[in-house]
Amino acid sequence: MEEIKEQTGHMPRIGEPAPAFEVVTTHGKLKLEDFKGSWLILFSHPADFTPVCTTEFIAFSEIHPELQKRGVELLGLSVDSVSSHIAWVRNVEEKTKVKIPFPIIADLSKEVSLAYGMIHPGQSKTETVRCVFIIDPNQIIRTILYYPLTTGRNMDEILRIIDALQTTDKNAVATPANWRPGDMVVVPPPSTQEMAEERLKQGYECTDWYLCKKKL
Amino acid sequence: MACISPDGKPTESGSKMLRALKAGLSAPEEVAKETGMPLFRVRSGLRELTEAGLAKQKGDKYELSEEGAKLIK
Repeated sequence: MEEIKEQTGHMPRIGEPAPAFEVVTTHGKLKLEDFKGSWLILFSHPADFTPVCTTEFIAFSEIHPELQKRGVELLGLSVDSVSSHIAWVRNVEEKTKVKIPFPIIADLSKEVSLAYGMIHPGQSKTETVRCVFIIDPNQIIRTILYYPLTTGRNMDEILRIIDALQTTDKNAVATPANWRPGDMVVVPPPSTQEMAEERLKQGYECTDWYLCKKKL
Repeated sequence: MACISPDGKPTESGSKMLRALKAGLSAPEEVAKETGMPLFRVRSGLRELTEAGLAKQKGDKYELSEEGAKLIK
């Protein structure tokens, strides 16, 4: 058990403060606190110059303008050197004409990988799996996604989660399955009988007292 | 180093930030707005320029140092 913990590091959880870091990136030295006030997507990839990762970096670059509109920054990571990252992003640009606009952490010491539980020895003892940490402007972890080495991430879902979290924060509501911006949202369940009865008179679309939706 | 080249001179982004400081902007948010750079890059850049002696930090604000002023004319 101890050996596994040593290999995997701490596994952060939703609702916890994001572990602090000071790292070397393709955009210079950065600290987690530099992102305070912005949403941040910290994501890891297994290695530079690999096919699935290349498609993901192109896809992350394509959604970058949409993320910027939502006040979200991107920060990549792998257990590679900054020189490798620079060579790879230059190669991607040369071959595909896509410029990678966000920084990438060179986590050769695995300090951040271990702090965020990005290494899953069952998949690889040396590479990070495809993790996504969505961190809010107060630097609290709000979403964690893990994908295996063989499965590239779904950018549409990442954007959808950002929209859902920002909608939840702004309106104190929840979002139902497969929610999309513009769809009805879920009103938080009532905590007293009185509130349950009042709710039914408030014009919400209710399946029953515990499942009510409304338009924003 | 993102803002300082190996020869000790500010890079293009470093120069942009120094020019913003010369123009009297002092908060990282103001410098980010003026330069069009992301706030996280401005925060790390100003830290780097301060470590290199080209800017001075006073609380949450920054100003050009004498050394920085010589480089930005």
